[in-house]
Amino acid sequence: MRRRSRYERYDFVVPLVYAGKGSVMTATEYKAGSNLEKILSEGKFAVTGECGPPKSADGSVIENKAKILKGFVDAVNITDNQTAVVRVCSLASGLQAQQNGLEAIMQMTCRDRNRLAMQADILGASVLGIKNILCLTGDHLSFGNHPQAKGVHDLDAINLIKMYKDMRDEKKFQCGEDMDVAPGLYIGCAENPFGDPFELRALRLKKKIEAGADFMQTQCIFNIPKFKEWMKEVRALGLHKEIKILAGITPLKGVGGARYMQKFVPGMDVPQEIVDRMAGVEKGPASHAEGKKLAVEMIKELAEVEGVAGVHIMAVEWEEAVPEIVETAGLLPRPAVA
Amino acid sequence: MITAERKPLDEILELVGDKKKVLVAGCDTCVAICLTGGEKEAEILAAELRIKAEQDGREVEVEHTAAIRQCEWEYLDMIADKVEQADVVLSMACGIGIQSLAEKFAPKLVMPAVNTNMLGMPQEHAVWLERCVACGECRIGLTGGICPVVRCSKSLMNGPCGGSHDGLCEVTGPEKEEIECAWALIWERLKAQGREELMFTDRPPKDWSKSSSGGPRKMVREEAKPV
Repeated sequence: MRRRSRYERYDFVVPLVYAGKGSVMTATEYKAGSNLEKILSEGKFAVTGECGPPKSADGSVIENKAKILKGFVDAVNITDNQTAVVRVCSLASGLQAQQNGLEAIMQMTCRDRNRLAMQADILGASVLGIKNILCLTGDHLSFGNHPQAKGVHDLDAINLIKMYKDMRDEKKFQCGEDMDVAPGLYIGCAENPFGDPFELRALRLKKKIEAGADFMQTQCIFNIPKFKEWMKEVRALGLHKEIKILAGITPLKGVGGARYMQKFVPGMDVPQEIVDRMAGVEKGPASHAEGKKLAVEMIKELAEVEGVAGVHIMAVEWEEAVPEIVETAGLLPRPAVA
Repeated sequence: MITAERKPLDEILELVGDKKKVLVAGCDTCVAICLTGGEKEAEILAAELRIKAEQDGREVEVEHTAAIRQCEWEYLDMIADKVEQADVVLSMACGIGIQSLAEKFAPKLVMPAVNTNMLGMPQEHAVWLERCVACGECRIGLTGGICPVVRCSKSLMNGPCGGSHDGLCEVTGPEKEEIECAWALIWERLKAQGREELMFTDRPPKDWSKSSSGGPRKMVREEAKPV
């Protein structure tokens, strides 16, 4: 007999809202029609990457990163002032990635914009051809380079998801006013399976699905047993059928990064055995190779977890590692979708 | 209560400038309770200013006083004589008291000797914690009596962010002190109340027009007005 999840008793509270209001979605009824949406809708295993825009007006950075990743990922996250540090905005960088042949997933945090700016920017992004959006709360200002700034937090990430869904599906602004042309959006969210209280984590994903999220990327996974435990709760609630889950992977360059993430990055869970494994190899080419090998092993293991629809590879300032990881993991060629 | 912290002496001296007659005006309500700006603290600041003036070889006359409440006109009448005689008044009241004093005796020079910092409660002796931002739309009935607007570092409305760890917020205070995760507290409280379902109910965006984002606020109680 299947063990009853301790969360099932909450099921009655807020029934899940299904995509397309209960109708069966056909291939022609894409919400945005992005490459990512098509791949995930067709049940193909997706690979997304990540590009951090530069801390200057250097136009070559995104261009170069896009050239490295093109053909190896289905879409790429363009971070939005990540770790609360000022960079080229995610809208401009996202457009630049797309101009270089790489589909963008534009990140949007609630930290730097109020609801007017968040709606204005998404309309602008949509006009310029950006179709994937990732709704985030955002790292706190105290971690960044302008800790004296006023944090906006007009909405939270769940409010943001709902606002974009209503813009797309109801053609309505957050205030309730109508618009003529709705933005076509494939709406993403993030969730941290390693955040506390753990018992809330799957349920919080449910809340994001109800708000309107179509896909989800997790925080970097190092603790696979804990991730699997979380996925068990996700499946018990049937959430894996309502949202496309991309497992987050960060290749480690060396033991330093592993230790740093273990100790200082909020919400990260890096088991000691990972740190020890990276400590066991010499810093440099050997540790780089070990980091890539570990990433490939983890991708293969995560791909086997029921409900995982793809991987999100966050090779922070190490985009060059991605092609080899994707290839070694057996994820090439990337599917072509019409 | 409203809490405040005294400004550093150097900043206060800059605000006083070359004025000869200084009145330090304390307030015996909130700022007295938080040991910042009551009559006793006004007396101490006045003494500091006199000592500093003597050290610097400047001739300055410093007096002190305190109003029962600087934020109400009638209590200000009680210190009017001293205020009138001063070149500059250093108010140790909260921002409300300072402005009341400045308005009542305009154009008298009134300077703040404290930084008003929060609506807080004394958690233990000499420790105050922020509990309210007067947002104008209280939702704590839905969050187990714990305010996420002020106690969650990101003012989240729909549960904890990914940075919540062992009941603590990813953000630490100015002295690197730990901050409790408001949503971890809310979850525990709702469980204890048997109201877990409130955690999973969608909370729409807040109406910030009821906060200071809507412009300076005004409250009128028609029924309480004198006939």
